[in-house]
Amino acid sequence: MADAGVLLEVEDLQVHFPLRGSFGARLVGKDVGAVQAVDGVSFSVARGEVLGIVGESGSGKTTLGRALLRLVDPTGGSIRLEGEDVLGLREREVRAMRRKVQMVFQDPHASLNPAMTIETAVGHPLRIHGITRDRADIRSRVSAVLERVGLSPPDQYLGKYPSDLSGGQKQRAVLARAVILSPSLLVADEPVSMLDMSVRAKILELMLGLKNDLDLTYVYITHDLATAKFFCDRVAIMYLGRIVEIGATDEIFANPRHPYTQSLLRAIPDPDPSRSIPRDLPRGEVPDAAEPPLGCRFHPRCPKAFAPCGWEARDLHDMLEQRWAVGGQELFEAERLQLGDLVGLDQPGSRATVPSATGTGADVATLLDHIREDDSRERIWYGIESITPRPGGAVIEFHRGHDPVLRPEGGAEVACHLYNPELADPPEQAPPA
Amino acid sequence: MASQLIARAGRAFGPVREARGVPRWIVWAGIVLTMLFVVMALTAPWISPYAFDQYQDASGQRFVKQQAPSSAHWFGTNVQSTDVMSRVIWGARTELKVVLFAVVVSLLVGLPLGLLSGYFGGPVDRVLVLIMDALFAFPYLLLAIVIAFLLSDKFGSGVATAAFAISAVYIPQYFRVVRNHVVSLREESYVEAARALGARPRTVIGRYVFQNVVQSVPVIATLNAADAILTLAALGFLGYGIQPTDAAEWGYDSSRALSDAGAGIWWTGLFPGMAIVLLVTGLTLLGEGLNDVLNPVLRRRKMEPVTLPPRAPQEDQG
Amino acid sequence: MSATAPVLDVRDLRVWYGSARGAVRAVDGVSLQIRAGEVLGLVGESGCGKSTLGRGVMGLLPDGSAVDGQVLFQDTDLLKVSDRQLRRMRGPDIALIFQEPMTRLNPLMRIEDHFSETITAHEPKLSKAEVRRRSLEALGGMGIPPTRFRNYPHEFSGGMRQRIMIALALVLRPRLVIADEPTTALDVLVEAQILSILADLKRNFDTALLLITHNLGIVAEACDRVAVMYAGRIAEEGDARTVFSQPAHPYTRELLRSVISLNTTGLHYIPGAPPSLIDPPAACKFHPRCPDAMRVCALLAPVEQRLSAGQRVECWLHGPGDRIPEGGREPLEQEQIAVAEEA
Repeated sequence: MADAGVLLEVEDLQVHFPLRGSFGARLVGKDVGAVQAVDGVSFSVARGEVLGIVGESGSGKTTLGRALLRLVDPTGGSIRLEGEDVLGLREREVRAMRRKVQMVFQDPHASLNPAMTIETAVGHPLRIHGITRDRADIRSRVSAVLERVGLSPPDQYLGKYPSDLSGGQKQRAVLARAVILSPSLLVADEPVSMLDMSVRAKILELMLGLKNDLDLTYVYITHDLATAKFFCDRVAIMYLGRIVEIGATDEIFANPRHPYTQSLLRAIPDPDPSRSIPRDLPRGEVPDAAEPPLGCRFHPRCPKAFAPCGWEARDLHDMLEQRWAVGGQELFEAERLQLGDLVGLDQPGSRATVPSATGTGADVATLLDHIREDDSRERIWYGIESITPRPGGAVIEFHRGHDPVLRPEGGAEVACHLYNPELADPPEQAPPA
Repeated sequence: MASQLIARAGRAFGPVREARGVPRWIVWAGIVLTMLFVVMALTAPWISPYAFDQYQDASGQRFVKQQAPSSAHWFGTNVQSTDVMSRVIWGARTELKVVLFAVVVSLLVGLPLGLLSGYFGGPVDRVLVLIMDALFAFPYLLLAIVIAFLLSDKFGSGVATAAFAISAVYIPQYFRVVRNHVVSLREESYVEAARALGARPRTVIGRYVFQNVVQSVPVIATLNAADAILTLAALGFLGYGIQPTDAAEWGYDSSRALSDAGAGIWWTGLFPGMAIVLLVTGLTLLGEGLNDVLNPVLRRRKMEPVTLPPRAPQEDQG
Repeated sequence: MSATAPVLDVRDLRVWYGSARGAVRAVDGVSLQIRAGEVLGLVGESGCGKSTLGRGVMGLLPDGSAVDGQVLFQDTDLLKVSDRQLRRMRGPDIALIFQEPMTRLNPLMRIEDHFSETITAHEPKLSKAEVRRRSLEALGGMGIPPTRFRNYPHEFSGGMRQRIMIALALVLRPRLVIADEPTTALDVLVEAQILSILADLKRNFDTALLLITHNLGIVAEACDRVAVMYAGRIAEEGDARTVFSQPAHPYTRELLRSVISLNTTGLHYIPGAPPSLIDPPAACKFHPRCPDAMRVCALLAPVEQRLSAGQRVECWLHGPGDRIPEGGREPLEQEQIAVAEEA
């Protein structure tokens, strides 16, 4: 049995969406893989706590939130709400469970049925869960909750349609609908990101007030670190379906440990003109969740990555492309001509062959050595164990990669090899010659 | 409840009242033309000079056949000695009856199937889409003829048979429109929000999906009704429609007028033909006009012209 | 600074358009200037008219809108030139960067073809090799590898597409770039990449940039000067650092306080909602929400003032004293604004 203080416990949660292959592939039952939206996420939320799930688009934070309500079906792991196994519930029981867990969506304009008045929409949960069917009773309860969320006098709003309301007012109505059943957990997916700057604070203030009045617990999903810092007791930073760092808000923001968290914090544009964005930020974008990078999923973009982070063939391809992008046309044409077809580098693997255009592997090895001399600080060189010339091309062996796991580190938990004493040989070691 | 319904209806028809410019004229022309035929159909027994199959007057005197328009027979008589005007008026009743019946039947079948298929997806959806597409790809007139032929054994060649035959043609259309709309609505936040509230699929479909899908129905229904008139007339023209003894039908009358035309007898063909053209035009205008008026995307584009007032001096600006 | 004459000089621009409920005064008397190598940030909340202003400068306004004033681009009034001439200017003289890159790239055309079409439309005599060289240079500047030159738009991620759009806008070396919320759809890290690209732009090409955004952080990060727009008018304009550190207009000050940043310790917001542009409040349009409102603010429209710090501001707090009537400085008794009366 979970201890009394814990409301929600998520363990090793996994949500994979199977990719739909071509007709032919489905016919022969070929497996085309899956998008690993959420891939082994564990955390718990105490009663009355606000947990922030922070991540960029493609981090799986929204899928995670929807999985908590079983709006999508997880493919593995467990979710326990007040000790009850949510994933074991049957369809009918899931609907009853949703009385206890409510959700607020990002777009207030889209989350109210345009054909329903505010009274019907906000009162609908009462009917759905058979709490009351008496019109007068519904009206009085709806009025009370509208009053609570600041839509007062309620009579002015009862008969209105969503299209008559402003964005902030709609989000208030959505909050009213969510709390009318007095749920214990509210999952709020970017509740203020579509609102104007001068309104966001009002809605956050309202949410804090509701939490105190109604003993709510929040899971606050956002891409915005600033509101998370203000709003949350604890935060979990997600990247490509995994939690890379989790801990008390104060701790995470004061001492961010994961290189991803550090980059995010430095990248936020701040209205304070004395701060400016540094230029050594991770390049590139969040990779495809159907074929995530091996090892640590952040390693291709990580400014501190080193040998055990999971280097692979695709990283080599990216490095070459990046070099050619900035190096200019002459460099590109000179080097590209020496290499054969690089398509083989697009498969994940810790061993790769870089084909030579001339057929001599030694040429490729020389070229790669030359590239390394040009920019030896490029993180990939930490991950390359050996380059062996062979007929037709050079064979590259990468260091064996490991999946980082969350381990406690000074008041927070972080999934990064830099903090693993078994792996972290001094990370600043020079790349092997 | 009644007041709520009236309010909702008022909300739905607000745009028609507010419409301006060309769409306004289109809608109103459509309404006037269509109402003309509706009134004709409803009051046929009183305004029609004779019954649709009457070929003799009260004294048993047979009407002269193929008689040119006169004071006794404003639109003349046809080869079967019946009064053309009476057949045109009674014909309005037949057309509207069949079309109304057909639209209701195809809605009753197409709408729920589209809702379920679109909302739940999966194998059932795929099979239904396949069947409906196959029906849709079938030449529609041929389909109607085959159904009419099959049903005529059971129901005879009357209004019901024609209506069912036409329904079969339009069910796939409603199905497709509704299903595609539902598929896009299913991704809307408010539909997911309804699920998150704990609503059953029945409630989600009924209160969140249906309510929004149903708004596109008046437009398609009106346009399909116009099309259905043509199909019915075509069936009648080819002789697979309603038999002349069962009801007056413009398509059948037009086909009988074919041989008259060569002999200079224009009135037997002209009046039923004009009735078809006018009713179809009326319904099409109504449908297109409603589309312009109700479709929010088209409506938002429309800009009212403005003229800038001359600049006020700084002191009393604003 | 190479030139002192502004690249773009907007003088008293008004853009109104009609709606069922009356004329929308989206831009209602706006003047601003941008010089070569300068980045001007135009900030405001949604519905303040900032996007309409950007479009008005480019002549991309909906039919039926009424425009007057002057938009001078190197002494040519853009409001007076023909559509054809305006189209010819788009690209080599003025370029636009939009929020949604995917909608601006033709999905059936390779990236290479987008570039050659753009370049040859304005410089038809260029050799193929030269076109290719210029395109690769522009793409390389945005970090797009030359190996992807023959790919289709859908093969790129959102951030890459936006960078391709920027490369496409810059390949003709325009004198003026107008960017309308160029990073709103992107992630923080990608946004930071784009911002540093835009910052390099003015350094390398001496391009003038009008950056339209609702994000005050981006303005502080990327802009030299900032214009704060409220209800169709510029409330305050000046050096970005000055405006952000010593805001002169109460709206700027309150807006800055409302932003939730990493340093936020308490929540703050502006009561009420941005006014309707159809029927804005009389006199100063901010007075119903302004904590510092005086009697004069509800009576007379404020007059533009230049402050010693360099800002241009429209607010009676900064005078001119001789135009404030007797007793005009008394605080205004505000009507209570209901909590839910918001945007």
